Amino acid sequence: MKKIDIAVVDYGMGNLRSVSKALEHVAPTKNVLVTSNPKDIASASRVVFPGQGAMPDCIRELDLRGLRQAVIDATSNKPFLGICIGMQMLFEHSEEGDCPGLGVFNGLVTRFNADAMHDANGAKLKVPHMGWNQVYQSQVSQKPHCLWQGIENGARFYYVHSYYVLPDDDSITSGFSEYPQRFTGAIAKDNLFAVQFHPEKSANAGLQMLSNFIAWNP
Amino acid sequence: MLAKRIIPCLDVTDGRVVKGVNFLELRDAGDPVEIAKRYDEQGADELTFLDITASSDNRGLLLHIIEEVASQVFIPLTVGGGVREVEDVRRLLNAGADKVSINTTAVLNPNMVRDAAARFGSQCIVVAIDAKKVENQAFEWEVFTHGGRKPTGLDAVKWAEYMVSLGAGELLVTSMDRDGTKIGFNNPLNRAISNAVDVPIIASGGVGNLQHLVEGIQLGGADAVLAASIFHYGEYTVQQAKAYMQQHGIEVRL
Repeated sequence: MKKIDIAVVDYGMGNLRSVSKALEHVAPTKNVLVTSNPKDIASASRVVFPGQGAMPDCIRELDLRGLRQAVIDATSNKPFLGICIGMQMLFEHSEEGDCPGLGVFNGLVTRFNADAMHDANGAKLKVPHMGWNQVYQSQVSQKPHCLWQGIENGARFYYVHSYYVLPDDDSITSGFSEYPQRFTGAIAKDNLFAVQFHPEKSANAGLQMLSNFIAWNP
Repeated sequence: MLAKRIIPCLDVTDGRVVKGVNFLELRDAGDPVEIAKRYDEQGADELTFLDITASSDNRGLLLHIIEEVASQVFIPLTVGGGVREVEDVRRLLNAGADKVSINTTAVLNPNMVRDAAARFGSQCIVVAIDAKKVENQAFEWEVFTHGGRKPTGLDAVKWAEYMVSLGAGELLVTSMDRDGTKIGFNNPLNRAISNAVDVPIIASGGVGNLQHLVEGIQLGGADAVLAASIFHYGEYTVQQAKAYMQQHGIEVRL
């Protein structure tokens, strides 16, 4: 059997085509497999955990396919990239549908409060937070994380979400944006990196990040 | 800060990009994959494809085009036109669309919007609203369907609120009075809808110059502006549009 370089976890929610196409684009020689088989996730060199839609549905579908443990195992033993709901699911609990997450990290997933949000000119801010926002890289020690290599501090990435993560331990925040308050856009710990934005839809900055992920040896 | 978005729109029929005035006198504007790549290189924030193919025979062509574009262009892609069932949404998403725009079907069968949003998430469901100014009604703008030909008796602002309550994650608001006229967006219409809902709105219909884009944001309260002909025929590039908007104090992605 051909070695799986990158397994993209498929639990039947949303569109994984964009993620696999972008990975194939930056790594044409790698074997990228979209899979719902826990064995593939266990044997793959790297795992990408995407997500779209509502978190309660995502968790339910993940469990229906028996993927929970394979995903939790991968978060601790190989380069792992969570995207959007794939980041939110790593936390303990989401306000969306009052739903428990996988509990890899302590902290909650909370909603933007649309009623209370205005920009500097007093204009109403919309929810979902949709579009290109600047992502500022956290300065942990002096060295930026591997996944930020070649990406300007403050580069814009494409977001579309109504909920965001509140990690108990803010030192895992590796990138943040403002809407209008500062919120966590990326987290990093050991072999794990996760982002609220969509690198697969963020033009050159996003492709650079995916390319960095494939080259990353934590 | 979140940037306001510029979205070039490609009207596609029989595998080609075309542009007409009020759906008449369609002119060929080129190959959709080539045009999509060009806009991406110019810094477009998203792309919208509207399938205006009259017969269902050639609908498969669009799926093929979306697949081609999605493997070469890594920005969000919205596809609309002739979306009738939840299954159509699934097919477009699988081909590589990130969002699907629903127009006439939303009026004929509002539950389809609810079902599609429940299944795929609100983030990928755009409801397109074609509105026209009306006289002697209890409201100012009426929703039209079938490319602006059929009145519905629906108040566009109330309709927008209803669509959001069913799960629409974004609204594409087209002024049928302005479409193809090059005299600017219908900013009072866009402002009324933008104030009524929490989700982002895209202003469409009537762009003739770069000042119109600025007005769409500043007067119309739009989160994104959509334009076709000013880009297709090389009058302006997306870069020029963004530079102009930035000079006028609008946050853009450069």
